[in-house]
Amino acid sequence: MKNKITATLKQYGFLILFGIFILLSYLLPFAAGIAIGKNFFMFFLEMAAILPLMFILIGLFEVWVPRENIIRHLGPEAGAMSILWVVLLAMLQAGPLYAAFPVAALLWKKGCSVRNVFIYLGAFSTLKIPMLAFEIGFLGLKFSLLRALFSLPVFVGIGYLLAWHLRNKSFAVKEPG
Amino acid sequence: MTGLAIAVTLALAVSVIADSKKTLAGLKKGAKMFLNILPALLTVLILVSVFLYAMPAPILTVWLGKGTGWAGVFSAALLGSISLIPGFIAFPLGAILVRSGVSYQVIAVFITTLMMVGILTLPLEAKYFGWKVSILRNTLSFFGALLIGLLMGIFL
Repeated sequence: MKNKITATLKQYGFLILFGIFILLSYLLPFAAGIAIGKNFFMFFLEMAAILPLMFILIGLFEVWVPRENIIRHLGPEAGAMSILWVVLLAMLQAGPLYAAFPVAALLWKKGCSVRNVFIYLGAFSTLKIPMLAFEIGFLGLKFSLLRALFSLPVFVGIGYLLAWHLRNKSFAVKEPG
Repeated sequence: MTGLAIAVTLALAVSVIADSKKTLAGLKKGAKMFLNILPALLTVLILVSVFLYAMPAPILTVWLGKGTGWAGVFSAALLGSISLIPGFIAFPLGAILVRSGVSYQVIAVFITTLMMVGILTLPLEAKYFGWKVSILRNTLSFFGALLIGLLMGIFL
């Protein structure tokens, strides 16, 4: 019991200190602290709007999708079509890159190949449809299309490179905690 | 985001109708994974908040606008790699830079490194992939993003 409390304190200690810092900044008032607090609140809202939903989907995916299916379609033996599947899966998502890590961990656990895990991360960071729509709105169709067109071979290449580099190593995507 | 919310609601509804016990087990697993990563995630958000305070959008604009030639491309790549700016700030910022006459090459390099490289989120990435592989992925992505940005400069 005592160990558990110390473990929790260790995990959240920094966050509690930050909370006290922000609170003091408002009381004093300390302008830099208030500005940092406002930034934190903005990022926190972005996170809170997306991540809980993502983890609901991840949980459902975990219990419903059989490992055999992922191995067959995205596994090491799955061929070039599997690249198309992971790219499409990534394109349908939203959120900052850190939202892709737990999905990558789940795909890996279910038997997705190393190459496809990293292609998934690449497609998530560069080709998400909600982000593309926003990009086209501000920077134009030509800019966004060119960027997407050049990004595809680059992150597929990175996927192949990393898979080749890790081929004889005991690499695993971990689930933290 | 609304799309995501609708998709999750639909998936949940179908799942509950099909098997409510299984659904509950899935939700529990999802919640556990979320809580496990939450402290590390919030710590990264603090880092990002401090960074954005030290380097707010107007200052970024000035920095990116000043650089010309290789120095401009290099500082754009560096700024893009360190920053973690959500799309709803980064793309309007890019549009402002275009209008103020910054070259497409510099903007493209900034946007691509911003998307593909995350130095501030490395501690989080390392929890999943380990430090070595995370650093390797970010390094490869850095050069990849640089290549994409430079190519775009040729075509735009």
